[in-house]
Amino acid sequence: MLSAVVFLPAAGALLVALAGRSAVAARLIALAAVLAELGLTAALFIAFDRGAEGYQFVERAEWVPALGMQYLLGVDGVSAPLVLLNGILGVAAVLVSWRIETRTREYFVWLLLLQTAVMGVFLSLDLVLFFIFWELELAPMYFLISIWGTGRREYSAMKFLIYTFLGSAFMFAAILALYLSFPGAERTFDMTVLAEHDLTALILPASLVFSGFLIAFAVKLPIFPLHTWLPDAHTDAPTAVSVMLAGVLLKMGGYGLIRINAGLFPDELRAAAPFLAALAVINVLYGAFIVLRQSDLKRLVAYSSVSHMGFVVLGLASLGATGASLTGVGLSGAAMQLFTHGVITGLLFVVVGLIYERAHTRHIPDLGGLMRRMPLIGAAFVLAGLASLGLPSTGGFVAELLVFLGTFDVYPWATGLAAFGVVLVAGYILWTAQRTLFGPQRPRWDAIEDAGAVDAAAMGVLLVPIFAVGLYPRLLTDVFEMGLAPIAARF
Amino acid sequence: MGLTGRDLYLVSPELALAALALAVVLLDLVVRRRGAVSALAVVGLAAPLALSAALWGEAHAAEGGALSAFNGALVVDKFALYFKLLIVGALALVLLASRGALSGYRRETEFIGLVMLSSTGLMLLGAAADLLTLYVALELASLPVVALAAFAVGRERSVEAGMKYLVLSAIASAMLLMGFAYLYGASGTVRVLSPDGSAPTIAQMLAGGASADIPFGGYALMIGVLLTIAGFGFKLSVVPFQMWTPDVYEGAPTPVGAFLSVASKAAGFAVLLRVLYAALGAEAMSADWTLLLAILAVVTMSVGNLVAIAQSNVKRLLGYSAIAQAGYVLIGVAAFAARSQDGGGASLGAGSVLFYLAGYAAMNLAAFFVVIVVTERTGDERIEGLAGLGRRSPWLAGVLAFALLSLTGIPPTAGFMGKLFLFQAAINADLTWLAVAGAVNSVVSAYYYVNIIKTMYLREHDAEGDGGAARIPVSAAAGAALALTGAATLALGVWPGPLFDAARAAAEGLL
Repeated sequence: MLSAVVFLPAAGALLVALAGRSAVAARLIALAAVLAELGLTAALFIAFDRGAEGYQFVERAEWVPALGMQYLLGVDGVSAPLVLLNGILGVAAVLVSWRIETRTREYFVWLLLLQTAVMGVFLSLDLVLFFIFWELELAPMYFLISIWGTGRREYSAMKFLIYTFLGSAFMFAAILALYLSFPGAERTFDMTVLAEHDLTALILPASLVFSGFLIAFAVKLPIFPLHTWLPDAHTDAPTAVSVMLAGVLLKMGGYGLIRINAGLFPDELRAAAPFLAALAVINVLYGAFIVLRQSDLKRLVAYSSVSHMGFVVLGLASLGATGASLTGVGLSGAAMQLFTHGVITGLLFVVVGLIYERAHTRHIPDLGGLMRRMPLIGAAFVLAGLASLGLPSTGGFVAELLVFLGTFDVYPWATGLAAFGVVLVAGYILWTAQRTLFGPQRPRWDAIEDAGAVDAAAMGVLLVPIFAVGLYPRLLTDVFEMGLAPIAARF
Repeated sequence: MGLTGRDLYLVSPELALAALALAVVLLDLVVRRRGAVSALAVVGLAAPLALSAALWGEAHAAEGGALSAFNGALVVDKFALYFKLLIVGALALVLLASRGALSGYRRETEFIGLVMLSSTGLMLLGAAADLLTLYVALELASLPVVALAAFAVGRERSVEAGMKYLVLSAIASAMLLMGFAYLYGASGTVRVLSPDGSAPTIAQMLAGGASADIPFGGYALMIGVLLTIAGFGFKLSVVPFQMWTPDVYEGAPTPVGAFLSVASKAAGFAVLLRVLYAALGAEAMSADWTLLLAILAVVTMSVGNLVAIAQSNVKRLLGYSAIAQAGYVLIGVAAFAARSQDGGGASLGAGSVLFYLAGYAAMNLAAFFVVIVVTERTGDERIEGLAGLGRRSPWLAGVLAFALLSLTGIPPTAGFMGKLFLFQAAINADLTWLAVAGAVNSVVSAYYYVNIIKTMYLREHDAEGDGGAARIPVSAAAGAALALTGAATLALGVWPGPLFDAARAAAEGLL
């Protein structure tokens, strides 16, 4: 089951590659592949047993026995929603790519491979396998940004590659140190076993190993000051790649922090908690202030991502703070934020991409009065903005509320500042929506068209989960909490 | 003890290869069709391959895992056989891929003969059990390369490459001989290995005589060791003995670069490991060794990678890349030296070196073969000359891109698995800083490797006229070589287990 989830998009990529030169065929095969993948992930999410702790659907096979490497997949409450998220965003990404005309076949091959790589990261329980999928995403992202991007795409693609690769260099050393810390027979890359080991006496100081992982995940999430690749990559990437980047690739960083930094190193996390909380606040506020200075629509959404990811870090930090009365609530909020930010920001990028495709500009002062010409896109923009603000009945509300609840009694100042930042960002996004959509109608945009059926479908795919989670949060919170309980229990 | 049939059987892979070399050169005088001769050369390599494989079985069955030949001058164990298989395999692939590139030369068959003779020397290097045999094998391996580097006699740079190789190789040999003289002076023997115990080895003679207060156990020993490393460093293109590498790679015919970067380097590391451990490792001097090797590794990686960034000629770039890659392998050697007293750690270090060399052979040959095929057609050795290759020849570009990702160390490739094992060995030997230095160097290398990929896929070819923008034809032989190396790069990245077990078994033969 899980192998199918991981490799179905790759199989789709293979079919696209073999399907001949027709762009139509490439699109249809890619769409079929992501729809099948969404079906599979939804089935997995439904079949997932909400009453049982631990990993389910585990697949285990020997891979390189001499070195303790296994092919080990498994899903638990933390990864199940993220797998579903990846399934949803895959469909949206293919739909918004419908009008890609240059090198269509190659494009969909890379896009599908990207989805496989992300799936692999969420489902691997063996550290080497995890690392391999983590790195596998580099080549598709590099090509997608540098070939189909806009602006300084080659620079941005290379910057993305070098940042991520440098981060993973530290993770690589940390993984090996973790493995080699145990005598012969006990050596393992198996995260489930490592979680039960005593990881205080390693061959390196545990704080160094912890930092190795932290650096890699901080680059990806991103955490200030390792974030500078993100606005460039987002701005110059094609729409679908921005959607995937904000939607799931950043989440790989958050997932890693929860699964490895919190799951394996509770003591180190506790020691680093104040430091992380400070970084989180800087992230939120720094992102927010930069957002206020942006006149480029896409860069604005990109920096709002930086700001929102600060919440994930804040939720994580609250877990490690001593004296938290609501242990684990902040962490649940962080995990929820991963999911809701994925769909909300995904939607924002879709909307921005659609506007850019039609208006050929992302310069906010140039836009205005678009609502009358594009009511569908406009409505989606407003809804995404509201969800980003944390309007009750949307997913964003639930996630942010949980983070605030979990952190307020341990870090009141940090929580207050972060809340201020989030209001700032969301307010600004809404104001931007208002400036671009409403106001006097400009003759320049008289001929502009609204979303077609395919675009509407792309937006619909993302709107459904935003409201589903907002109206019935238990859909996700139950699952997340079950996955997070064993992690929180160690604090 | 005289020469017996048994001795001949034990060196039969080398004998078969040498005979094949002579046969090729002689046949050329009688047979008019050169194609037939060079085809025979490739097919004939099945003989040394099969004989090496058969001997692997014998070594496995033998007591102590090793057999001696020629009164102990040569040793046949899994370690030596692993390198024999690797060298003959690389040789076969190089010959396959360079059919087209060589057919332009009047003395094509002599080229094949010379490469085979050099390979014979390389195979003997891994099997040499005393310093004198080792030196003779080294010269047998080096001298043909001088002629090979200068093979394009009409091109000034090729002749210059040959000259450079000759002079620097002579200097390196001189240093090596001097080093050997010191080792002999300090120990009283030239015997490196003695599986049958017929004569004491350097390590046994030194045991007890070494002083713990002086680095490497004594001043004579220290000078001997340093000179020996300097001599080998030349073969391995270790900084500061790397100067010749880019010039020779650029000037010599491209197949020579491919052969040197893979076969010659592999044999160089074989000897280094052998001499380090067997002759000197038993002494309690592993700390001195480790530090020296680790520093060499860092300097070599960094210089190779940083200078490679500035290159615009693709062959020269591959030359610097070869230097950097030697640096990565040295990480494994340093880890081996650090753990030389502990069997499991030592075999992990040496095994990772052996695995990396095989993976490196696959990926580097794949990269070189694409360059051979492309430059043979376009005559354009600039990186810019590869522009638009992704569109013109998607398969060639795909193989090159994959090989470059592998050289960078991105999964799922042989290069990634190789680095995984090397860094693992380093961390296991408490050399975490070295592993981190290696990983950071991989990031630096990503810049210039990915730059080539970028040129292939994002740039359009600017040259007008003949051949510039056309699809590049690939002969069946070169196609087969490309497919084999590309597939091996992928296979070792996905399923490294069997080869790693073999490498580990071979490494245990060393101990």
